[in-house]
Amino acid sequence: MYEKHILICAGTGCISSGALDIENALREELAKHGLEDKIRIIMSGCHGFCEKGPIFIVYPEDIFYCEVTPEDVPEIVEEGLVKGNMVERLLYKDPVTEETVINHDKIMFYSKQKRLALRNCGVVDPENIDEYIIRGGYIGLKKALQMEPMEVVDEVKSSGLRGRGGAGFPTGMKWQFGHNSPGSKKYVVCNADEGDPGAFMDRSILEGDPHAVVEGMLICGQAINADEGYVYVRSEYPLAIKRLQNAIDAAEKYGMLGENILGLGLNFRIKIKEGAGAFVCGEETALLASIEGRRGVPRHRPPFPAVEGLWGKPTIINNVETLANVPLILRSGAEEFASVGTEGSKGTKVFALTGKVNNTGLVEVPMGITIREVVFDIGGGIRYGKKFKAAQIGGPSGGCIPDEHLDLPIDFDSLTAAGAMMGSGGLVVVDEDTCMVDMARYFLNFTKKESCGQCIPCRLGTTQMYDILEDITEGKGTLEDIDLLEELAVAVKKGSMCGLGQTAPNPILTTLRYFRDEYEAHVIEKRCPALVCKPLLQYYIDAEKCIGCRRCSKVCPVDAISGEKKEPHVIDQEKCTQCAACFDACPAKVSAVQVVSEGLPEEEPETCEEGCKCQS
Amino acid sequence: MSELITLNIDGVEVKAAPGTTILRAALANDIYIPHLCDHKELTSVGICRVCLVEIEGRRPTVSCMTPVEEGMVVTTSNEELDQIRKVNMELLVLNHDYDCQNCAKNSKCQLQELTRYVGIDENRINAMRAPELASPLDDSNPYYLRDLNKCVLCGICVRTCEEIQGDECIDFTFRGIETKIGVLGDKPIAESTCVTCGECVTRCPVGALVPRHAVEPTYEVDTVCPFCGCGCGITVGARGGKVVSSVADPDSPANNGSLCVKGRFGLGFVNSPDRLTTPLIRKDGDLVEASWEEALALIGDKLGQYKGEQFATIASAKCTVEDNYVMQKFTRAVMGTNNIDHCARL
Amino acid sequence: MAGLATTLGSGAMTNSIAEIGDAACIMAIGTSTTEAHPIIGYQVKKAVRQGAKLIVANPQEVPLARFADLFLPLKPGSDVALLMGMARIILEEGLHDQQYIEERCENLDQFKQSLEEYTLQFVSDITGLPGEDIVNAARMYAENNPSSILYCMGITQHSHGTDNVIAISNLALITGNLGRTSGGVNPLRGQNNVQGACDMGSLPNVFTGYQKVTDEAARQKFEKAWGASLSGEPGLTHTEIFDAAHRGEIKAIYLIGENPVLTEANAAHSLEAMKKLEFFVVQDIFLNETAALADVVLPAASFAEKNGTAVNTERRVQRVRKVLDPVGDAKPDWWIVSAIANEMGAEGFAYNSAAEIFKEITSLTPSYAGITYERLEEGGLQWPCPTEDHPGTPILHTEKFNTPSGKGKLMPIKYRPSEDCCDFDFPLILTTERNLYQFHSTMTRYSEGLDELSGGEHIMINPADAEKLGVADGDLVEVNSRRGKLQVKAKITRRSQEGVASLSFHFAECPTNLLTSAALDPVAKTPETKVCAIRINKA
Repeated sequence: MYEKHILICAGTGCISSGALDIENALREELAKHGLEDKIRIIMSGCHGFCEKGPIFIVYPEDIFYCEVTPEDVPEIVEEGLVKGNMVERLLYKDPVTEETVINHDKIMFYSKQKRLALRNCGVVDPENIDEYIIRGGYIGLKKALQMEPMEVVDEVKSSGLRGRGGAGFPTGMKWQFGHNSPGSKKYVVCNADEGDPGAFMDRSILEGDPHAVVEGMLICGQAINADEGYVYVRSEYPLAIKRLQNAIDAAEKYGMLGENILGLGLNFRIKIKEGAGAFVCGEETALLASIEGRRGVPRHRPPFPAVEGLWGKPTIINNVETLANVPLILRSGAEEFASVGTEGSKGTKVFALTGKVNNTGLVEVPMGITIREVVFDIGGGIRYGKKFKAAQIGGPSGGCIPDEHLDLPIDFDSLTAAGAMMGSGGLVVVDEDTCMVDMARYFLNFTKKESCGQCIPCRLGTTQMYDILEDITEGKGTLEDIDLLEELAVAVKKGSMCGLGQTAPNPILTTLRYFRDEYEAHVIEKRCPALVCKPLLQYYIDAEKCIGCRRCSKVCPVDAISGEKKEPHVIDQEKCTQCAACFDACPAKVSAVQVVSEGLPEEEPETCEEGCKCQS
Repeated sequence: MSELITLNIDGVEVKAAPGTTILRAALANDIYIPHLCDHKELTSVGICRVCLVEIEGRRPTVSCMTPVEEGMVVTTSNEELDQIRKVNMELLVLNHDYDCQNCAKNSKCQLQELTRYVGIDENRINAMRAPELASPLDDSNPYYLRDLNKCVLCGICVRTCEEIQGDECIDFTFRGIETKIGVLGDKPIAESTCVTCGECVTRCPVGALVPRHAVEPTYEVDTVCPFCGCGCGITVGARGGKVVSSVADPDSPANNGSLCVKGRFGLGFVNSPDRLTTPLIRKDGDLVEASWEEALALIGDKLGQYKGEQFATIASAKCTVEDNYVMQKFTRAVMGTNNIDHCARL
Repeated sequence: MAGLATTLGSGAMTNSIAEIGDAACIMAIGTSTTEAHPIIGYQVKKAVRQGAKLIVANPQEVPLARFADLFLPLKPGSDVALLMGMARIILEEGLHDQQYIEERCENLDQFKQSLEEYTLQFVSDITGLPGEDIVNAARMYAENNPSSILYCMGITQHSHGTDNVIAISNLALITGNLGRTSGGVNPLRGQNNVQGACDMGSLPNVFTGYQKVTDEAARQKFEKAWGASLSGEPGLTHTEIFDAAHRGEIKAIYLIGENPVLTEANAAHSLEAMKKLEFFVVQDIFLNETAALADVVLPAASFAEKNGTAVNTERRVQRVRKVLDPVGDAKPDWWIVSAIANEMGAEGFAYNSAAEIFKEITSLTPSYAGITYERLEEGGLQWPCPTEDHPGTPILHTEKFNTPSGKGKLMPIKYRPSEDCCDFDFPLILTTERNLYQFHSTMTRYSEGLDELSGGEHIMINPADAEKLGVADGDLVEVNSRRGKLQVKAKITRRSQEGVASLSFHFAECPTNLLTSAALDPVAKTPETKVCAIRINKA
């Protein structure tokens, strides 16, 4: 009965850029035109293209408007919906070709993606179970419930699915351990404690397609004979929690959760447990401790949770994205799933693409795609035409991959071999303006704070490494410090108890491996080649360019700049704190304030009293 | 009893019961594996990472958490393990208040023992960034001191409080480098639910928890605690004619190595200057010092006049079996009455 | 202990401390185990950690209640109702051990009849507990085996203390929990050698090893051994002795190692009694409040200054060893008593050592016959230990009970309210407690640090009562009972239930027993210090 459907992205990115205001404006506008019954508004999950949000798609024509504001809505309704035209200025323009693109799948950002885990995100109304079912939801569950548990395990095993949460452990094998563990009480736990800064794929799935997770957990329940599930989700994700709870309620109402599900015998219930924000609670044993109400710290493994998990019972813990893939495997078969990806890594992986690329957002790519394709095709290349330097893959405990490895295929084993890791899928692109020592320092600052503090190498080692890195970025490092850093990194990696400590040195080890020269520049020449480490920078004013506008001296917080109006100004290096306020204040067309790290240019020798050109 | 498992540790064939950890199996066979957080009376947690070993075909792992398996080949020391362990110990030493001369645990400290065994690279320690150790001394408890600057966060005290005492008044608090053992609300220990049983103090491997007035005894004697009916076995230390220490007798089945605040810290009454040291006789309304001869003569004379039912003895549950036997024998055989009772009902 | 002697034949802890940790259910009634018996408290908490169910029944919310699956804050003095009510539910729901009852118990029918009174409604009214909790307690205790009952002075210090103990024994008998590992009925003895003092016949009715003074054969044995003629009339009990002294019938008392000025119920009365004595000898390690009243005070050696043995609550005879020489002229108690006997010209007191005395004890005491100092060097031994090759007895009644028939006797009991009842003038109930950091009244007060930890004496008042009384935390209050009054600071806490207040009795500054009642249990003659009607006013 509806003539058109309008999908407004209600992912967290678009909501923060005003999606809800657009919804209100649209409802108002539709009412004005008496179109409420003809045009349906769907607040969808994340479309991934957060860079261009809020996103607004008109179906059936598939017109993709981006960066829409409430003020644009009357025009979209008037021109687009009533008159049937397009609002050209709101369409996507390719940054390279500068061509206007109407349909979303023609946009490079989307055309190289393969959206399996995100198949419903941005497509269905996440608060409507019927839409999930119409798109093939719960077919996988029904199939699973008609199979023997071990057959379900085998199906997942032959799909080659590996855990998307970080370590890439084969999911089917994990399920088999859970299946084989004796006991009448078992649990399925969904790890939705997404802690990597910048990563939001789990959040997007829970917000955009919560039933996929519910269905995945149910299938796991069937495979290992569990009757209870927990979703451990960050309390910082209120929308995800709301939509997940909504999905659980709806599934219960539809007989998809509860007793004798679909009349096929399985009993299964799901509870949500909100985390309190500790990064380490994403580690599975810490997560279990937290669900049990204890301090969220990891414990030694083995025993693995599949043998001894929640309250001592066999427990399968899978990440959100992993579970979202499971219904597909059951629905379409392991073979089809395994047709995507590489030999060792099947299917797709979702990345949170951020940093210095043109198109940031959430992207799902087939395993085996190269970093180059992700950065330059999907990501649209580096901003402002700068030079690609490295991709930090795998979050704060991942590693960086330099440009010589741009053609490295993205899969579990290649990334590990290169010193990085898949992690949960953070992909930060850095350009020539990024100091790799500073970046390592930044990530260590994160891991040292999030270390649970139990084991000695991680508790003391991460802080020690951070302190050394800080000294290096402040010009207080020595060559010996680089060796010490490396020794510490190796000892912490090998000696720590859990994944956090074992991977925390990765940013150091990879930057040392690929960018050792930058470390050496910092400690030997006391120079930061990327002009990032403030204590190593010098700001000065090019007297020839300076017009004496006084903009710089007004903003200087420490009164380090002196000079008469309309006369060249001078920065007192003793006072300067390298805050860069003058640099920012100097008009672009003047560009008199300069920053260097190799020392100030030699001054013109001053004329001595005698008038000769001696160098006093 | 299940069959013993045979494994090989550093080339030595070792037998151990199933479920035994590699660390315990090694120690039982006089093969030393350095360790810090493991304690034979407590659950193993594997957090100090000092007892790393290499098991053929696996990555280095902690021996305190790994059960023995048939045919396992274990190496406790090689270049890689030693290097990890060294760096680990150096970090620990760097973050420890190393004022050994003034520490009550000097020469009985497990950290000293470990550093001696593992060996540390002074140059590397000197190159490291030394933290400021500025935790204030917690002297809020009258019987023990807590010096967190010496704490190595082995967690033995936490597990002791949970597993031995059952009080759970301390736990790891904060995170990362800020981690410390603390009580609810980060208050001094005296403001917690701590019942001063001292179990953690006896188990602390370093000088972080020490008795307040620690004095080494000249000699020790096994006896029984004088307080409640538990009848805990205690080993009492004496020096200079005074009781100076009391520790649980690990072999006593009544207390199985545990004590409470009274048995461990409360024996000071023996040394009290207020103790009675001589008989006293009431003269002109006042109790005045007297000799035993005088007192005994007076009592003998007086009690002779009250034989039979006009006399009663109140005996004592604080006195020994032998004391009580003599008291009732005296009452019945000498005083001729069954009027004897004690405080059993109080 | 008279209760257990009637039903089981032995008045002692039936099982051992180390077994408690492995119980499947523990019912701790009338005991603040973690405070009065900390080491046994460890065992209880260990059991809970291993999954055991814990029922804590206590008018006060004692620290152990925090670990309980079921906490029953019953009204003071209502234990019989609770225990018999539980027995009724167990039998009604068929949770009892029928085979055990048939093989090992007697008097079931009469017992069943007496249960008729204890309907759930009646029990709930008397105890003030919800019916559901009572049913749950019965099921929890009966369904989890082995189940151990721990009790202490909260059970015995009542005018119906013997009834309480019998009711406990009934419960254990119908569920088959006697004579099995980690089960049993376990009275926790308060002092380090209270068991030994009882075993040695420091009681008015028995010689060593509970051989009755009324038993002709026993008396003859002791007369022969001691070379003296002995009275066959049981003597007076503790409280009766002070009553008799008050009446002037007892004229001389030899008091050893006790402080009745603080610890005796209705202390003002006993103080008067002591003042009336014609001759009063006190033997102690300190000049405590009682010693100050004596005609002669004798300095005793402390536990650390003498050799001997002590018997703990689990009947374990253990060696006490000398650490130091006695201070000054202090002497071991056995030496002093023997010296007096010798002074009076008696035979048989020429002892040179504790070991010598112990040999005499074992020769006259069948349950100790197999114990020697040599054997005790290897560790303690639990009596009965009749022969030198006997390993001792960790668990009593494994095969039969020590009753004439060898069977455990199920005893009917009628509920009797406590003697000291509340009325308009005395609307609150005072109950007494112990403090972890103190021990009775003397020793711990002289150990530096313990006072600081214990925080001094406070009367614990429920917030609701405090509001009615207009009393705030830390206020000084006057407490009056029908027998006396005192002043003490108030502590407002939910540890005390509404209508109940509590005090310890460790502090001379606050002589609690000036208030308490000396109404006696008719059998055991234990005074009712746990229930005393009081009035509290802001001072």
